[in-house]
Amino acid sequence: MKHTSVMLASFLLAGAASAAEVAPQEVAFQDGSVLQSLTGVAGDAENGRKVFLNRKKGNCLACHANSDMEDQPFHGEIGPSLDHVADRMDEAHLRGMLVNSKMTFDGTIMPAFYRADGFVRPLDKFKGKTILSAQEVEDVVAYLLTLKE
Amino acid sequence: MKITMTLLAASALALSAGASLADGHERIEIDGVELILAAPAPDYVEHLDKVMSGWLFRSAETQALELDDFDNPAFVFIDKGIDLFNEVDGSEGKSCASCHEDVAEFAGLRASMPRVVDGKVQTMEDIVNDMRVNYMGAEPWKWSGGEMTSVVGLISLQSRGMPVDVKIDGDAAPFWERGKELYYTRVGQLDMACANCHEDNFGKMIRADRLSQGQINGFPTYRLKNAKLNSIHGRFKGCMKNIRAKPFKEGSEEFRALELYLASRGAGLSVESPSVRN
Ligand code: HEC
Ligand code: HEC
Repeated sequence: MKHTSVMLASFLLAGAASAAEVAPQEVAFQDGSVLQSLTGVAGDAENGRKVFLNRKKGNCLACHANSDMEDQPFHGEIGPSLDHVADRMDEAHLRGMLVNSKMTFDGTIMPAFYRADGFVRPLDKFKGKTILSAQEVEDVVAYLLTLKE
Repeated sequence: MKITMTLLAASALALSAGASLADGHERIEIDGVELILAAPAPDYVEHLDKVMSGWLFRSAETQALELDDFDNPAFVFIDKGIDLFNEVDGSEGKSCASCHEDVAEFAGLRASMPRVVDGKVQTMEDIVNDMRVNYMGAEPWKWSGGEMTSVVGLISLQSRGMPVDVKIDGDAAPFWERGKELYYTRVGQLDMACANCHEDNFGKMIRADRLSQGQINGFPTYRLKNAKLNSIHGRFKGCMKNIRAKPFKEGSEEFRALELYLASRGAGLSVESPSVRN
């Protein structure tokens, strides 16, 4: 019973996501910002927090400190702290940073999380794939929007 | 003796936190041999003032393991290397020692490797396998296998304290250029070059690891993570996989060129093999 409802829920989510999803090569940028949601489905901040932490997904803590995750050891020092980042960047710009931060910071070390091609020698299992799914990007954006003074 | 070592280590630690000797060098001492672990960068290393050994970026506990050969876990493998050096193998009934009575005759070799011979970058692994195949009639060893890293470690140890000084001009020049190009080329799904981490961000934490300059003067390196000696090409592979790039093969033209280029970026540092890292 429990099982069925979980399965149904994930089926519905997957269905909803693909219907309106913007493909990686079709994302429209405006000065580093992406105005349109990639999925049309509101981001889930709670899941975004998990994606942010997950070493195989965002792994954002590898490079950024984040006081909201003080319980986690080892915050990276390569990028700026993301404390109160939503006071500095609006939703569209945060989405742009996640999709491809090179549109804002030329030559940055920060990976593009929603780009599928143009890579040199990607490992076979990542060929043609994005680091995060469209909905995961929306979820992380929703999480980042909670990081306010 | 012990006191001197500790003092030296302590001053090196303090130095790694920012200060610098007047001549731009930082030193430690192991078994009575002085090692230079930071030196002014050669002018062809355009974006660095100073070249620094990976030792300077490790925790005090990890650093300490390298300061005394009795504590250095790599020496289990060096001992194995001594046994292998003396062990007869192959159709000719010879060991390395049949032709090289004392391994100490290799003092200085590691400091000048890799080098270009007959239009190809020759590494220490090539020399060892050339001896095995052509003089001993034995099977070649695997590039990063335990036998190879042990014997490469033993031979490298003979140069401990000597300044890295590889030839990069003349017939080495095109290989060096290729290595440099690879060092600055972004690869993998994470789209990063070696330089993004080891030149632009050394000294900073990347999650639980403090980024070093990615120098190779300490190889083969004992890593606490996998409790064995690690080859240079093995480490290159690891870093490429971490950025989700398809690694070149150990012994490939690309890794040979990269090895030559990286060795040259450490010119002036002492050979530190076998080093200890996490
Ligand atoms: C490999 C390092 C690295 C990783 C991983 C990384 N970032 Fe960044 N990030 C940076 C750097 C460096 C900058 C600053 C831009 C620059 O100067 O290159 C930055 C900037 C940002 C900014 C702009 C902050 C500001 O105040 O200007 C945001 C937002 C951001 N990153 C979010 C993220 C999120 C969310 C993730 C994970 C999904 C992430 N980053 C993963 C390195 C990284
Ligand atoms: C995402 C960051 C990153 C990139 C890109 C990267 N490395 Fe590393 N590398 C590391 C980390 C982390 C370590 C372990 C800590 C240290 O020594 O810097 C390391 C260690 C090394 C070491 C060992 C240094 C020592 O003293 O033992 C070498 C050599 C090295 N890297 C070479 C390379 C080469 C060559 C490339 C490009 C093919 C590369 N790295 C790309 C993160 C990176």
